[in-house]
Amino acid sequence: MDKTNCITLFEGKNGDFIQITSMDIEGVMRRRLLDLGFVPGAVVEVVRKSPLGDPIAFRVSQTTIALRREESSKIQGELMNHD
Amino acid sequence: MTETYRVALAGNPNTGKSTLFNALTGLKQHTGNWAGKTVTLAEGTLTHKGINYQLIDLPGTYSIFSNSRDEEVARNYIVFEKPDVTLVVVDATSLERNLNLALQILEMTRNVIICINLIDEAEKRGISINERLLTRRLGVPVIKISARNKTGFPLLLDTIERLAEGKLVCEPARITYDKDIEIKIASLEPFVAEMVEDRISSRWVALRLLDGDESLLDELKSRLKVKEGSA
Repeated sequence: MDKTNCITLFEGKNGDFIQITSMDIEGVMRRRLLDLGFVPGAVVEVVRKSPLGDPIAFRVSQTTIALRREESSKIQGELMNHD
Repeated sequence: MTETYRVALAGNPNTGKSTLFNALTGLKQHTGNWAGKTVTLAEGTLTHKGINYQLIDLPGTYSIFSNSRDEEVARNYIVFEKPDVTLVVVDATSLERNLNLALQILEMTRNVIICINLIDEAEKRGISINERLLTRRLGVPVIKISARNKTGFPLLLDTIERLAEGKLVCEPARITYDKDIEIKIASLEPFVAEMVEDRISSRWVALRLLDGDESLLDELKSRLKVKEGSA
């Protein structure tokens, strides 16, 4: 467990739970993501990936939302499922 | 007394907003088209205890920060058309997601009622909601209803009446931001207040300007220009 658990949402694998810590996105897209539930502290589940790995579907606040790599690679979080 | 109060319905998509609208108006709605707007709003009437109300069904949105035309229409209606009462319809089974919009609207206007819809569905899933605690925390009436079964309507209608008639005064909980933001709000707010007078919440406008909301700035400019143009 010395290894840091910090990853971007894009790096998550199916079934991973990631708690969002920060977002490198500004402006309207940031606002939009916040409104959809991608807020610091929120726990996001990686639901499934497209055949080519992009976009990826996430479960956030009881809804499934797909994000493109452009966004998901800019959202950082802590990988939670290390039990 | 032939005054008609205007009641706007706001809420996320799929919260049963239109079901509530139809149940209250008895399907007597027609679509209204607001001046300069291409997005149409459903409109209907309701009479309760001899008072007439005009209900306006705003587009369903997750937010009201003008990411889209729908949100802009909803925002402009609440801010500039100033309905007497704004009903925020939220889904009892998904409160966390729905309260985002509710909090945003509480920053814009005082006369808000939070309508927790689909309460029958929530109870079926074992979700219980303490509406009194929510009322205390949010500072506005929170009422549980089921638009489908028409439960909770008498209390809802009485609350709309009391709010519209000014017998009930809301004191929406104010969200305090971190120190840096609060300092900037404090320095902006007096200028905003001078510009919008008491027609719009100056704190809310200051916040939107800090967020770089250009669409609101444009809207304000064009609306204020119209007023100045006549002077």
